[in-house]
Order: sequence, then structure tokens, then C-alpha cells
Amino acid sequence: MVLDYSSNLHYFWALLPEFILCGWGMFILILGVSGKRDPRKGGDLAAEGPSQDLGLLTLVGVLAAALANGWLYGVTEAGQGLVTVDRFRLFANWIFLLSAVFGVVMSLTYVYRQRLQAGEFYSLTLFATAGMMMMASARDLMVIFLGLEVMSISVYALTAFNRRDRRSAEAGLKYFLLGAFSTGFFLYGLALVYGATGSTDIASIAWAVESGAAQRFLLVLGVGLLAVGFSFKVSAVPFHMWTPDVYEGAPTPVTAFMSVAVKAAAFVAFLRVFLVAFPGVYAEWYPIMWWLAALTMVVANVVAVAQTNVKRMLAYSSVAHAGYLMVALTAANEIAAAGLLFYLLVYAVMNMGAFAVVVVVGRQGEDSLQLEDYAGLGGKQPLLGIFLTIFLLSLAGFPGTGGFVGKIYLLQGAVDADLWYLSVILVLATVVSYYYYLRLAWYVWMREPLEDGQHDTLFIPLTTRVALAAGVALILLFGIFPSAAMDFARDSVATLVSAGTSMAGIVH
Amino acid sequence: MTLLLESMSYGSWALHALVWLPLVGVGAVLASSEERAKTVAFWWSLAVFVLSLGLWWSFDPGSGAMQMASSVSWIEAWGVHYSLGVDGISLFMVLLTTFTTPLAILGSFHYIRKKERAFYALMLLLEMGVVGVFLATDLFLFYVFFELTLVPMYFIVGIWGGERRIYAAVKFFLYTALGSLLMLVAILYIYARAKAQLGFPSFAYMDLLRVPLTLQEQLWLFGAFALAFSIKVPLFPLHTWLPDAHVEAPTPGSVVLAAVLLKMGTYGFLRFLLPLFPGAAQHPTVVTVMLALGVAGIIYAAWVAAVQPDAKKLVAYTSVAHMGFVVIGIFALTLNGIQGGLVVMISHGISTGALFLLLGMLYERRHTRLIEDFGGLARVAPWLATAFVVTALASIGLPGTSGFVGEFLALLGTFESHPVMAVVASTGVIFAAYYMLPMVQKVFFNKLEKPENREMKDLDRRELTILTPMLALMIILGVFPTPILERMEPSVRVVLERVEAANPERELAGVAPGGSADTVELTLPALEAQPPETRVAADPVDEDTDDGNAQDGLEAADQD
Repeated sequence: MVLDYSSNLHYFWALLPEFILCGWGMFILILGVSGKRDPRKGGDLAAEGPSQDLGLLTLVGVLAAALANGWLYGVTEAGQGLVTVDRFRLFANWIFLLSAVFGVVMSLTYVYRQRLQAGEFYSLTLFATAGMMMMASARDLMVIFLGLEVMSISVYALTAFNRRDRRSAEAGLKYFLLGAFSTGFFLYGLALVYGATGSTDIASIAWAVESGAAQRFLLVLGVGLLAVGFSFKVSAVPFHMWTPDVYEGAPTPVTAFMSVAVKAAAFVAFLRVFLVAFPGVYAEWYPIMWWLAALTMVVANVVAVAQTNVKRMLAYSSVAHAGYLMVALTAANEIAAAGLLFYLLVYAVMNMGAFAVVVVVGRQGEDSLQLEDYAGLGGKQPLLGIFLTIFLLSLAGFPGTGGFVGKIYLLQGAVDADLWYLSVILVLATVVSYYYYLRLAWYVWMREPLEDGQHDTLFIPLTTRVALAAGVALILLFGIFPSAAMDFARDSVATLVSAGTSMAGIVH
Repeated sequence: MTLLLESMSYGSWALHALVWLPLVGVGAVLASSEERAKTVAFWWSLAVFVLSLGLWWSFDPGSGAMQMASSVSWIEAWGVHYSLGVDGISLFMVLLTTFTTPLAILGSFHYIRKKERAFYALMLLLEMGVVGVFLATDLFLFYVFFELTLVPMYFIVGIWGGERRIYAAVKFFLYTALGSLLMLVAILYIYARAKAQLGFPSFAYMDLLRVPLTLQEQLWLFGAFALAFSIKVPLFPLHTWLPDAHVEAPTPGSVVLAAVLLKMGTYGFLRFLLPLFPGAAQHPTVVTVMLALGVAGIIYAAWVAAVQPDAKKLVAYTSVAHMGFVVIGIFALTLNGIQGGLVVMISHGISTGALFLLLGMLYERRHTRLIEDFGGLARVAPWLATAFVVTALASIGLPGTSGFVGEFLALLGTFESHPVMAVVASTGVIFAAYYMLPMVQKVFFNKLEKPENREMKDLDRRELTILTPMLALMIILGVFPTPILERMEPSVRVVLERVEAANPERELAGVAPGGSADTVELTLPALEAQPPETRVAADPVDEDTDDGNAQDGLEAADQD
């Protein structure tokens, strides 16, 4: 099929996965409020029918969107519209869809146990995913903004979803206020860039920047504000203040989902905008990115060492990973871009996996989140312990796991751009991170349980078991036979980088 | 024997089998029951050892090149290969590993009482990692195995260790990881240079050898690699993790740690540090610093060992001293020195491994490691005493034991190039007697005062089975080291020639540039005895220019 964006129907085809997700989300919403499926009935775990049905039904929608995404690979573009169907977008979509699947699977029992409104919960997840996809598909800053808002508002609601939990409500409010604040930055930056270049279309901006037609001062100011807006969303230090509180307060499956998918969406849009639209002012934004990357890696890892709450520790770990990904943005070359995609994919699996274990140990709720609660877990639940250890080793970037290959990929991008100091900071930060990942592992394996039978009552739903096993398999696959996924990531950025005119080499 | 092995085309699959069989063994151990795990693990590791013995005969002693080499593309985009090979340096390290592992496993039958399956699975995983380190001829692959050994050791110390096991395990892990991650950046630097110079990405050892580096670059990279390996060795003053890890580790953990894990550091010196950065390796300041640290380690560790009340800690410190001999032997940059260093590595692996096993046996009997708790044991346990005395003598380097050959050659080699260092270091031999013999005396002789010690059992059959091959090897290597030395020599020469080819003094001494180029010609084919098919296949067009580049680069390095 050839799309030239001459009619709205072409947009429909180009945005088919988004449409499917939104449509399916509304369907779930209606099913949810149709009354038959009242989650407040309570009961024991064996009879957890209705809300699980909704969740499984949600997965059908995600699957349909995945099929549509696969179908888009056969589509070619004849003209330029507000959105694009390039490989970069489609790769990013796989990450979002994968995160959505993991997120929903983790929520199946959680939503039921915590008596959350299943219909709203799952449809908001789908809407958020659709927003992320829009951000990845955008060829225009306005579309990015639209996607950003669709995603953010859904996630604000999801964060505050557990109304009975004060921390959840507090987190939701905090996230909303700071998120709105950062959106302001983003919008102001967008306006300034528009003022400087006369366009919100990424390719036109790139042309205006390159040709020198843009108003320099306004442009640089706008670029800076856009960077701040994105930095909030990817939670780079010093714009990360909201992250630990929000991640800690939100329901754990939501935390997992947003620590992965929201971050991925923000990074994908971040990369596209800065790589395609602003290579002409690389010299100006390069030092900003450098410092953001360095600060994020150092501060997040050092602070994570002091955490005793596992959820909060993983929150800081997720900030740290944003730092590693910022290195790829700083390098801004083809290897780094491919590395960023590959890392996001691996990160989605390993972080989701770690959080899935947190949900299980937290008894599908919000208790047992302290390090001590993991003491002796490996003795009682060896397989769960091994899985958690593999996820942690991968997060730490240990050889044999996908995290290692991903980190090397990022490092290669940095090395290619001669970012030696940043590379050294990255590995030193990694050594620090070993400490807190290993600490969880030592509680799991080397401590005795606080009380007898502490882990006997853990309930691991079949769906979670399947997801965990699949996650471990993927992590090992990416770690031991990464070639296929790496080539896939490399091919996915080829069009993007060729679109971004003469990149790099400007500073070095 | 050689013919038999050839008929099985042993050389084509042996190295792969040595790396992957232990991993299959991990599966076998996990699949067996908790009670049978140890037997399965023991027989499995013994089978690996028997398999590895074939290397001795199928290895060609006349060649210094990588033998039985094979290479398969692994991560094509980065030029990473799964490539293995063995030469005179790695041969003995592999044999030492496969020899020690079954004995360490046999030695843990009574010591390990909980989570047995997991323990033996980790031991086999550790064996796989270590063998991989010694056989890998691709820098990326080497790094993966190098790091991979950390995980099983972390859990072995952390789960089955003593009181402060977690502290020791984490300290061990973080120390080593810090060094190796900085080395990772250095590896990526060479890789980036290789990509620019050779025109194609590659982590292959043979390719990286051809990358010309300026002296400045070499010094930085040398620093990063040397830090990683020195922590592993451990070289004074980076040794502080070692006593903790040794004391807290369970007996088999200590045995493997001392016998093979430490050797990964000195092996790294020989395999990567000297050949990759020859200019830096024979830089006078670098040599002086490394020798001085080696000597300092020998003396310091000896003094500290002498005052230890805990026998296990004492032996841990002797490891630091012995590894100091290895380091000075290597950085003497003479044939005798390096060969001596290699023999010390083997000898230390056997004798210190045996000492830890013996201390473990004492601990199982008395549940203490304090020297003062023993005394007069020779009367109640004569076999145990005999074994301990022989091992201790081998450890301090009595003539006729393996320790003597190694230390003598290392000191001789050092004396040839740096006499003062050698003289200072040789006092270490005297100190060795000063810390080891009083310990032996207090434990096994003196008066049998403590009533608990009167009941002490002598060695049983299992323990004799463990100790006999080790004792035999100590003596055999001590009286008849030639077969080992002659197998090492060609490979050691290759390393030395490579280092000397980058020696600036040769040019000052009036050697014509053409002359040094000749040496290069001699060296390179030897290093590249294996036809680089994979490389040609990867990039046939660039082959000519590559050679030109390499040649230019080496000459450039000469002129530095």
C-alpha cells in the first residue's frame, strides 16, 4: 500500500495501531461500566474471574494493534504528512506494545486484589499506549505534543488510580502538577522554535536551522526549553525530583509500565526531534546533554544506594538508566541511536521483569516492599529468586544478559563520538549500581527469612509465571544471541539518521 | 597417544567441549537429587579433566602460536567472534583449572551442608567461566568470561561462607568489577582504533595486535588493563579484598580462588598486557613500578602473614607474596623470568590449593582455624601432618619441590635484568620460611596439650585421594620441570619478541630500521600462524592495505 496523505483515509491507515488501541479502549471501558463486572464483590483468589476477563480482553486489543503494526511494514510513503510510518516508529511501537502486554499481565491479579475498577484501568492503559505511539509517529511537533498529552493524562489518572491509598493519590497529584509544569516548558519551547523557524514540521525546522534562516537566539532558547520539557518526562537529573515519589506511590504495575513505556516514548520523541530537527545547533545542545547525562548517572546511582525500599530503589535505578540513555543522545550518531532503541527494548523487558517480581512479593498489593521482605526468598521460591537475580544482573549490565549488550551498544555510540569522559562516568556509575542490585540479590539468597513461612503464602498467577519465563528467555536471548535484534535496531534508525542531514562531526 | 587423539580429530572439538561441558554439567547437577548432586558434580568434573589431558599430547611443543584455534562469527555487526585457541601459556592454566576443580569438589563433600545442588552447579559454572577466560582469543569473549566468573564466586562466598561472608563477597565483587569495567572502556578504545585502522570492526586478538598505538595511548590503555588485572592478581596495594574473601569463603571456594581465579590476572598480563602494549610494557618507569609493587607485595605480605593468628588468613597472605613473584618474573621481561612466573602460577595453584584443603580438613575436625588451638597433631594424625609439611615446604620453595623451580627461575630472570630488585625479592624466600615454619611447628609439633586434639582422626580415604595427586605433582614438577618448560618456551618467546620489537633502545644501539622490521616479520607470522580465514571472508578487499597499515604502525611504534 502507498500512502501520500492526500486524504484522511491515508491518515487512518497510517495510524491504524493507534485507532485500534483507542477503539478497543472504549470498548473495554463500556464493558467495564456495564455493571455486571463489579470488582468490589471480593472473594478468594481462585475465583477471580471477571476482572481477569477484562484484562485478557485488553490483551486481545494489544495483539490486534501489534498485527496492525506489523502490517505497516509493508506500507510505503509517497508524500509527507503529519505522521510517518518509518521503521524507527514501528520499532518504538514494539517496545510500547511489549510494555503494555507486560503491564496488563502484571495487573491481572493486582487489579482484582486491590478492587480497582478494571474497565477504567485497562482502557487508560490502552489510551496511554496510543499516546506513546503518536509521539513516536510524529513528524510534527504539534503531533508530539498531542501524543504527549494523551499519554500523560492517562498516566496521571493511572498513578492516582488506587483511591483508597493516600500515597497513590499524593503521587498522582504530584505527578500531575509537575507534569503540567513540564508540559508548559515543552509548549513554550515549541512556540519559540516555531517563532524562529516559521514551522512546526520537523523536516522544515531542520531545513531552516541548516540554512541559517532561523532566528538564532530564539531557536537556541526554544531548543533549550524543549530539552527541559523532555528531560522532565525521561526524568533526567535535575528534573527527576518527582520520579521517586511518584514511582513509589503509584500502584506497582503502573510504576512498571510508566518507568518503561513513558520513558521510552519520551526518549524516542526526544531523539527524533534533536537528531532530525536540530543537528544544525548540535554545538549548542551538546553540552546540555553531556551534563544532564553525567549528572543523571552519578546522582541517581549514588542515591539509589541509600534506598531500603525496593520500589524506590528501582525508581532511582530507572532514573539511572535514563542517564545511560542520555549518553546516546549526547553522542547523537547512528550507532548511538540504534543503541538507544536496542537498550529501550532490553530495558523494557528487564525492568518489567523486576517489577513483576515486586508485585508478586508485594502480594499483589503495596506491602512487603522493604529489602528485609526479600530475605530468604531464594530458599523458598528458587525459581522466582533466579528470575529476579537474572533481571537484576541484566539491569546491572552483566555479561550474558541483554543489559550488557545494550550497555556496550550505548558505549560504542559514545566511543564513536569520542565521549571518553562520559564513557568512564558511565562505567563508574555502573560499578556503583552493582552495589544496590547485588544487595537485593544478597537479601534474596544470603539472608534467612525474617519469620518462618514468610514466603510460603506467595501467590504467583499462571499468567505472571508465563510472563516471567518469557522475560528471562528474552533477556538471555538478547544477551547471548543479540545479532538479530541489533541488526533490527540498526535498520530501524537508518532512515531516521539519513533524514537528519549532516549529523555530528560539527563539534568533534 | 597422539595418534589416537588425531584419529578422534581431538583438536577440532576439544576446546569447545572444555568450555561447554561444565555448563552441561550444571544442568546435570540441577537435574539430579540433592543427595546425589555431589557425586554427579565430581564425576562430571573428573571427566572434564580426563578430556583436558588430551591437550598435553595433541599440543605441538615446538610452536608458540595459538593451536587448535577456531573462530565463528558471534555478533557480526561488531566483529565479535567466538574464537578459542590454546598456546603454551594457556595450556597449563587450563590443565590447572580442570585438575583443581574435581579435587575442590571432592574436598567439599563434608564441608557443604546446605543447598548442595546449587553449590555444585555454581562450582561447575565457575569452571566453565575460568576455562573460557584461558581459551578465549577474542577480547570481547574474554571479557564476557572474565566477568562471568564473578557471579558464581560471589554466591559461593556469600551463601556458604563464614560470619562476614556478605561483606567479603560484595567487596570481592565490587573491587574486581571496578577494574574490569575500566578495562572495558580501554577495550572499546582499542576496538575503535582497530576499526579506524583496519577498516573493519574486530575484537579478535590477532587483529588487535596489528593496531598501531602511540606510546601515549599505550600508557593509558596499559594503565586500565593493568588495574583490572592487578586487582585480580592481587598486586600490592590492591590486595585488600583477598584476605577477606579467602577467610570467609568455604574451603572449596578458597581453593578455586587461590588456584585459578588469581591466575586470571597474571594470565591477562601475559596474554594481553605485554603483547598489546609492548611500548608501555617495557617503558622503564612502568617496569620499575610494577617490579617495585611486586617486591613490596612479597615483603609486605610475608610480614603480615607472620603475625596472623588465623591459619587461613596466613595462607591467604602467602598468596599475595607468591603472586608478587609471578609479577616480578613477568616484568623482568626475560625468558627465565616469565617462565619462572608461569611455573610459580602452577606451583602456587597446587600448593596453596592443597594448603586450603588441609586447613579445611583441620577445620572440619576442630571447627577452628586459630593456630593456638592446635598443637602436637603429628602424634595423633601423622598422615595429615606429613601431607601438611610437604605442602608447606613446597609453598616456601624448598629445592626439590615445584615452588623452588618457579621462584628460582623468576628470581634468576629478574636478576638478569634488574639485579637489585631480585636481591630484595629473594629475601622474601627467607621470610616465607619465617612465617610458614613456625605455623607448622605450632600446629603439628610442640606439645599435645589440648584434650580436644587427642581425639583427632587422621586422613580418611577420601582425603587421601584428594591430596595424593597434589603432593605427587609438587614433587614431580620440582624434580622434572623440563616437559612443562619446553612447552611454554615458544609461546613465551613470541611474547618477548613482540615486546622487544617495540624497544626504543634497540634503535639507539644502532639497529637499522630494516633490522627491526625483520624482527617484526619474524614475530607477526608466528603470532598469526592460524590463517585468518574469517577475517579474509569478512573483508577480502582490505586485506592488502591492512598489512600495510600494520607494518607501518609497528614501525611507527618502533620509532616511538
